[in-house]
Amino acid sequence: MSIMTYNGGSIVAMTGKNCVAIACDKRFGIQGTALADNFQRIFQVGPHMFVGLPGLGTDTQTVYQKIRFRQNLYELKENRKMSPKVLLSMISNMLYERRFGPYFVEPMVVGLDPETAQPIVGNMDLIGCVNIPSDFVVGGPSSDQLYGMCETLWEPNLEPDDLFETIAQALVNACERNAVSGWGAVVHIIEQDKVTVRHVKTRMD
Amino acid sequence: MATERYSFSLTTFSPSGKLVQIEYALAAVEAGAPSVGIKASNGIVLATEKKQKTILFEDCIHKVEPITDYIGMVYSGMGPDYRLLVKKARKIAQQYKLVYQENIPTQQLVQRVAAIMQEYTQSGGVRPFGVSLLICGWDQNRPYLYQCDPSGAYFAWKATAMGRNYINGKTFLEKRYSEDLELDDAVHTAILTLKEGFEGQMTAENIEIGIADETGFRRLDVATVRDHLSNIPQ
Repeated sequence: MSIMTYNGGSIVAMTGKNCVAIACDKRFGIQGTALADNFQRIFQVGPHMFVGLPGLGTDTQTVYQKIRFRQNLYELKENRKMSPKVLLSMISNMLYERRFGPYFVEPMVVGLDPETAQPIVGNMDLIGCVNIPSDFVVGGPSSDQLYGMCETLWEPNLEPDDLFETIAQALVNACERNAVSGWGAVVHIIEQDKVTVRHVKTRMD
Repeated sequence: MATERYSFSLTTFSPSGKLVQIEYALAAVEAGAPSVGIKASNGIVLATEKKQKTILFEDCIHKVEPITDYIGMVYSGMGPDYRLLVKKARKIAQQYKLVYQENIPTQQLVQRVAAIMQEYTQSGGVRPFGVSLLICGWDQNRPYLYQCDPSGAYFAWKATAMGRNYINGKTFLEKRYSEDLELDDAVHTAILTLKEGFEGQMTAENIEIGIADETGFRRLDVATVRDHLSNIPQ
């Protein structure tokens, strides 16, 4: 089994109309053995910005701390908030520094641009190859199933409520088709004036 | 002289609390060719005197240099020191772009160049830079103008002069400067400021001008400088 799927945990992010969403399951296990149903893989890194870190659990936590370290220094030095695109470049640069001994995470960034409020979702592979699509990004062991669900359910210009329904259904149904994902889910909807966090109940087997 | 006892190492303070080597560096700047920077409403202008000692010089070494597409630099003081700083500034700008995929803000570049200049006042086996820099740039839809001194101190200016006769230059600018200056008027004022205390005939060959606006930074070619000069009464 690949190190990328050792602990399980899948993340999906989608754009909507003036909003973005990111959702993640809560399982943490060691291969087939489930150990916890409250593992955090999505982190808030700004008023309208989140990172998701699917992959090896220990690297999820280390990379999150390293991101905060660099982001805090940037924001202090430049006296301004980091934009999602700059954050993506910064993480990509950080991961490529470990080109031949990488962190086993495939980071994902979602947010609204601080100036234009334009929704942005982006992700990269474990050595920092960036991808910024206009629709959705997926990551983790059930990314194959998530691709299928997103291709079927996603449509352009979803309102926040519809975006929640779409992303929650995509994640829950994808995770049910994957043995190392599931055990509860959390959905973040990011709008210009508010961020909504909803915990979704799922099958616990 | 008593102060000379404390000038053997630039990392040693004199009893009065001065680092005399840094003061000597400033003296080198004040003996250097004058340069001027003026912020206008729609851009910034840098101008400097470039006297050639003989007509045999080829006109291909410049004092006004671009650092990025949007940032430019000029100096008063020692040429070789300046070229080292230009090289370092360009590298800093490209490193920033490599990490963030975004042009370096002028303020960030100035801060980092100033940090290097400070380092050279506290390290062993080196001397401070014998230059003051004027760094101008256009970002976040507005103009910026900074001065960097050998000590590592930096200042944001609306308009300033450095080098030989800088006090007269500044007095002149205080009289002529206004907030709603347009870029072309700023070029005009910059030339007039250089003209204060200019020895001999000012021509398009013995001054250099650079401007930054929303389209970026560029050095004016000789023909354009000549056009600007022809608008000024001799």
